Amino acid sequence: MASEAQTSTSYIQHHLQNMTYGKLPAGYERVDAEGKIHVLEHDTWTLAHSSQEAADMGFMALHLDTLGWSIFLGALFCFFFARVAKKATVGKPTGVQSFVELVVSFVDNTVKDIFHHKNRMIAPMGLTIFCWVFLMNLMDLVPIDWLPLAAAKISGDDHLFFKVVPTTDPNATLGMAISVFVLMVFFSIKQKGLVGFIKELTLHPFHSGKWFVDIFLIPINFILETVSLIAKPISLGLRLFGNLYAGEMIFILIALMFSAGLFLGIFGGVLQWGWAVFHILVITLQAFVFMVLTTVYMAMAHDHGDEH
Amino acid sequence: MNINLTLIGQSITFFVFVAFCWKYVWPALISVMEEREQKIAAGLEAAERADKDLELAQKKATEQLREAKEQAAAIVEQANKRATQLIDEAKEQAVAEADRVKAAAEAEVEQMTNRAKEELRGKVAALALAGASQVLQANIDEAANAELVNKLAAEL
Repeated sequence: MASEAQTSTSYIQHHLQNMTYGKLPAGYERVDAEGKIHVLEHDTWTLAHSSQEAADMGFMALHLDTLGWSIFLGALFCFFFARVAKKATVGKPTGVQSFVELVVSFVDNTVKDIFHHKNRMIAPMGLTIFCWVFLMNLMDLVPIDWLPLAAAKISGDDHLFFKVVPTTDPNATLGMAISVFVLMVFFSIKQKGLVGFIKELTLHPFHSGKWFVDIFLIPINFILETVSLIAKPISLGLRLFGNLYAGEMIFILIALMFSAGLFLGIFGGVLQWGWAVFHILVITLQAFVFMVLTTVYMAMAHDHGDEH
Repeated sequence: MNINLTLIGQSITFFVFVAFCWKYVWPALISVMEEREQKIAAGLEAAERADKDLELAQKKATEQLREAKEQAAAIVEQANKRATQLIDEAKEQAVAEADRVKAAAEAEVEQMTNRAKEELRGKVAALALAGASQVLQANIDEAANAELVNKLAAEL
């Protein structure tokens, strides 16, 4: 049982490790498959062969699978929509065009409901987020061993790490959240000016109007407002990551059953099907939530502090 | 699960895709959709207008039909009137003609009667004279007797 537990653990760990390409420092001791130790003579950019190596690479590393899949899926979305947009006719929309227009008008209506300012960038951003995040989440429905096994076969490396769902990587979700955060700050400063933005951070929510009281309130306001400002992108990114990571985890646990005999295998198949059906809701909902929250944050950035 | 450069990579990718969508995808699709919306609105408006026009035309047609029927009825009525008038006139003329013919006939009859009376009167005078002369068997002054007989004849 111990060995089985070991393989289960390694199976799970293997599925949770990204394909990491990064810099290992000079003098680093690499352990290869036979257990021999190689000491690196120079700083080396290489693929991590273990989770430990990936962790030791520190910040100077890229998750090739996350970036690869997210760029591929984003490009797929862009290519598909741009092609339809190019061929779009004013006449009766057919097939693909009507589908694309359905999505576009859905996003457009959602954004219009939330965002009432003049900014032509918000709606296309909402569309990009919705479709892109949806496609990235959708990768979760591909049976979890197919693509990693295919990648291992093609590369010839049986231990290749390959995670196909970019949104189960916090780097991807937080990366998008950071972009949203940058845009929030940018539009806040653009709309209210630097002074207005600082005022918003320091004169909210407590404001007395008397300078000798405000002096003491400003630090409190600043701390509160900064926390709430920072919390927005973090909650945005972590929400998506958490949902998808949990979903992925359950798929992995279900997949473990396939190697545990015929009966459990069939039971696992049924479970996987059920969870996948439920997950269709989750991935769509999370993509929608990401889009809506981004739009809400943009609306907040555009709102002048007229409440008081 | 490590935070690393992927974060930055994903951020940049995000901006690239958003920019692409913003520049090349969104405007094309939205403009097409808006144009279609306008077209549909215009089409609906045109349909409504056409409906109204049709209704108007139908009303006009019914009106004209009604007028035509009225006119036709009026014409028929007039014709009927004229016909009766003509018949009446013809009747009157016939009656007048008949009267005239009858009057002429009557006049002729009277004239002939008168003439016959005159003739008869003359013949009666002559007959009376001849009779008287035979009765008397004598030469009587024909002139004196003629005056007497004529006076007698005038009394007839």
